[in-house]
Amino acid sequence: MSLFSNRTVRVSGGIIFAIATVALLGPWLSPNDYLSTNFDRLLSPPTLDGARFFGTDDLGRDLFVRTMLGIRVTLVVAIVASLVSLVIGVAYGAVAGFVGGRIDAAMMRAVDTLYALPFIFFVILLMVAFERNFLLIFIAIGAVNWLDMARIVRGQTLSLREREFVEAARVMGVSPARIVFRHIAPNLLGIVVVYVTLTIPQAILVESFLSFLGLGVQEPQTSLGTLVDAGVSQMEGSTWTLLIPGGLLALILMSFNFLGDGLRDVFDARQET
Amino acid sequence: MLRYTLVRLLGAIPTLLLVIVLAFLMVHAAPGGPFDAERALPADIEANIARAYHLDEPLPQQFLRYLSGLLQGDLGPSYRYRDYTVNDLIGTAFPVSLKLGAMAMLLAVMVGVSAGSAAALRQGSYFDRTVMAFSMTGISIPVFVVAPLLVLLFAVKLQWLPAGWSSTTSASRIVLPVITLALPQIAYISRLTRASMIDVLGRDFIRTARAQGLGTMTVVRLHALRPAMLPVLSYMGPAIAAILTGSVVVEEIFGIPGLGQFFVRGALNRDYTLVLGIVVFYAALIVLLNLVVDILYGVIDPRVRRR
Repeated sequence: MSLFSNRTVRVSGGIIFAIATVALLGPWLSPNDYLSTNFDRLLSPPTLDGARFFGTDDLGRDLFVRTMLGIRVTLVVAIVASLVSLVIGVAYGAVAGFVGGRIDAAMMRAVDTLYALPFIFFVILLMVAFERNFLLIFIAIGAVNWLDMARIVRGQTLSLREREFVEAARVMGVSPARIVFRHIAPNLLGIVVVYVTLTIPQAILVESFLSFLGLGVQEPQTSLGTLVDAGVSQMEGSTWTLLIPGGLLALILMSFNFLGDGLRDVFDARQET
Repeated sequence: MLRYTLVRLLGAIPTLLLVIVLAFLMVHAAPGGPFDAERALPADIEANIARAYHLDEPLPQQFLRYLSGLLQGDLGPSYRYRDYTVNDLIGTAFPVSLKLGAMAMLLAVMVGVSAGSAAALRQGSYFDRTVMAFSMTGISIPVFVVAPLLVLLFAVKLQWLPAGWSSTTSASRIVLPVITLALPQIAYISRLTRASMIDVLGRDFIRTARAQGLGTMTVVRLHALRPAMLPVLSYMGPAIAAILTGSVVVEEIFGIPGLGQFFVRGALNRDYTLVLGIVVFYAALIVLLNLVVDILYGVIDPRVRRR
């Protein structure tokens, strides 16, 4: 596969895989749990003793397990939100591109209008209005991020629509809906994969931003944004409470950005040949 | 040009109306009222409060009332800050945010464009790779991680700059917030400038200019910079939105009494009119600034004007 011959894809994909694996298995293997407080070791620095690799927080809770749980939450939120935006974006873009004409123009005009909205403020509004519902975070972030996807998918669909195999399907009497979902959608796969990879870090950013402001994931549950927020208030004496979750968050975001860039190179090269 | 501006201004009206309707509905769909207290109030007092704020009217009537207030530039009373209107609060908080945002934007454009152009001129060099590595890092690290790190380094460890807004009145208090806010934008703008500068430098008219014996700096200044700026200019719209979002975090961390801080406080306090007012204000601002960017586009690229 040419996918793994690209070094950027290999390295960034490897980092993401490694982090996800540790986040998945770490809390299970660790002797500590994310809830127990220990008042004998408040804010103790990272140590190998008792597998407290990331130290403890101001309540004496083990930060390694908490950070791993935070990564899990962050990744799950990001992936689900990206899938929501994927479904909305692909459906909207494919329909607009395939139908074309005046309906397409109207649908794209609506997208332009939505682009001008200060979305993040709407997400904050939504979180306030609906009691910080966890499921709602997914939907809200997904609903914010589908615009780019819709634009790109529409552009691709416009060019695919004119290709022979679509014409052939039409001649054979295949229904328009079936053409869109069975013939055009599979051909969008490459570009969609690239843009999902680039949507994930955006979703992570929104989620951690909300959690940082105290509007996202609520205690005792945690996410990387919540951990950074807690770290900020402890940073003067206990730098690790900020540096570890902040550094991991940056590493995850950077890996996804590089992965998206690398995948784009791979798919572009394939399209040129 | 005037016609173009007018058409764009009219085109902004549906966007603004959509913002107002969506924000209004969201705020009113929220379960629990802004005046819910720990202890239940007597029913007639609650009814009085509801009447005073017109909350007893049907929703469409409330919306029309709000809309007609908006048309007269009145955003209504704040639910939480007694005796203050939303206009008062925005009026005191916005100048602070504006100063912060404008300085950050200026810094971002100046540093980003120079760094990006310089990197493009020495493509593949050590300098180029440093700029690009910095830029990728800047894009990836969120503002709310950068801000505390800068505070830790420059305010706590080195003690060169103040960490908070209220701890001093000297001008130095704005340095860290502005840098924090500008950093991710510097990263984006330098990337954009580099890519478009490399593209422009490869075109025929640049080769012609060089063949006429013009030096590199003259070619860049007179011929390359203007076309290379177009992608950067179209990024200005998203950049403005990003700076507004970023300033919410920066104001929280540095304790700056700007609009972003009022927004978050309002959201946490369920001060619905304040939150609604700020969203509408931000939306109008973004729409207006996007319009300015579009007009500037026409100024830089005459082909846009002629269409």
